[in-house]
Amino acid sequence: MSWTLALEAGLAALVLGVAVWTLSVRQTFAAVVAFVVYGLALTLVWVRLSALDVALTEAAIGSGLTGVLLLGAAARLRATEADAVAERPGAGVRAAAAALAALVALALAAAVLYLPEPAHTLAPAAMAELPATGMRNAVTGVLMAYRAADTLLEKVVVLISLIGVWSLAQDKLWGGRPGLLHHADPDGALAFLARRLPPVGIVAGIYIAWLGADQPGGAFPGGTIIAAMWLLAMMAGVTDAPPISRRWLRLVLVAGPAVFLAVGFSGFFTAGAFLAYPVAYAKALIVVIEVGMVLTIAATLGLLMAGPPERSDKP
Amino acid sequence: MTSVTLFGLLGALLVGLGLFGLLVHPHPLRKILSFNLLGGGVFLLFGVVARRGAGAGLGGDPVPQALVITGLVVAFAATALAVVLLLRLFQESGSATLRTDAPAGKDAGGAADH
Amino acid sequence: MSLVLDVFSIAAICAGAFFFLAGTAGLLRFPDALTRLHALTKADNLGLGLVVLGLLPRAGGVLPALKLIAIWLLVLLASAIVSQLIGRAARRESRLQ
Repeated sequence: MSWTLALEAGLAALVLGVAVWTLSVRQTFAAVVAFVVYGLALTLVWVRLSALDVALTEAAIGSGLTGVLLLGAAARLRATEADAVAERPGAGVRAAAAALAALVALALAAAVLYLPEPAHTLAPAAMAELPATGMRNAVTGVLMAYRAADTLLEKVVVLISLIGVWSLAQDKLWGGRPGLLHHADPDGALAFLARRLPPVGIVAGIYIAWLGADQPGGAFPGGTIIAAMWLLAMMAGVTDAPPISRRWLRLVLVAGPAVFLAVGFSGFFTAGAFLAYPVAYAKALIVVIEVGMVLTIAATLGLLMAGPPERSDKP
Repeated sequence: MTSVTLFGLLGALLVGLGLFGLLVHPHPLRKILSFNLLGGGVFLLFGVVARRGAGAGLGGDPVPQALVITGLVVAFAATALAVVLLLRLFQESGSATLRTDAPAGKDAGGAADH
Repeated sequence: MSLVLDVFSIAAICAGAFFFLAGTAGLLRFPDALTRLHALTKADNLGLGLVVLGLLPRAGGVLPALKLIAIWLLVLLASAIVSQLIGRAARRESRLQ
């Protein structure tokens, strides 16, 4: 057994241990903290699997944003934990659930052990056409060129989930400001961070999004960092969540899918098919789409975290 | 046992653990947590398939990796919607339980409010 | 020359790993939140700083080296603010009890 395999076995044991800890700890708050650690350990696993774009996205969205979302929910739902303890299923149900879970895990493990050799792969096909797209990062090429329709549909799905979140507001609060008003001492540490970090964070986010064309990165981690900076400013009370009825907010949210669709339809005239890019302008068109995407991702993820309107905008 | 097979087995185990947690925990927020655990395991399985498809100068097949990135974002959006649903349930009924025979909450009289 | 740099890298990264180990031991063994925070700052400042120092010769250029140092400074800033906030919350909780 080589050194790297031993270290990777240690990493796998860490992920497994943190997962078991997440499931077994009593307090939900502690379970969410364990989940954030799980996400960070998974990021290391992704790096070992040579999937750096996925590692960036997992650290930003899977561990970071999901962790903050669940922490906020756990804090608000603290009063319900006592009732939940009374509802715990009996030994019979737990045994049946364990049997089912073991069965599923065994089936998947068998699938992993009997994967076909040699492995089917699309890597040569992806690399062969990559120069025509103007990208040097194959994953960005897949996201923005080969499977651009998937990415477009994903942006629409995230937007629809935001509309779903908004629709859960009470009728009289529709059009109001999301979330509760956050008060933080304007001379305190959190307000200090919320004033110093966002400029750096916005630059870092744009940098990662721009770099995604040639190196690991892309619009998703970059937009998430910008969303996180906006959330930090909202949580420190430095800025307030905008009312969801504002037109500029809705335009920003729609900008990403709209630009994507416009470029897609223009593909009919310039290259013969929906979302086809003419080779000479491929990189320019992808950059235009990515600008819209970063803006919309930042706004949508930030608003998904802020939640449904809870304060009326009318005085 | 290569490192790729090791991580594949890890992914299978995580799916099993997440499924167990989803079935056994009564509190909906813990169910959402377990569901995310399960999702991490599924994405790991994709990552294993991607790593095995290394070639043409790449460390892994880029198509499954792109699918995982899409999946991560959509999983977050779904989790956000689930959490807001749960918070609204708590707001309306005063408890975060999924039992169908739960006692009526404080808003039972003012059902016309929503 | 490269042998000296390699030895320097390994020494610095091992020293950084030692501080991380010490910080984790403190996190697990210290009795309350404030002392645990004290242990964690050692891991963040010294541990990460030594690891970054060890990685500098291997960075491959001035710009990647500056990026590594920027990462260390950002982690310093974040951990300082978070330690303040957690410490204040811990004191408030202990005063309520």
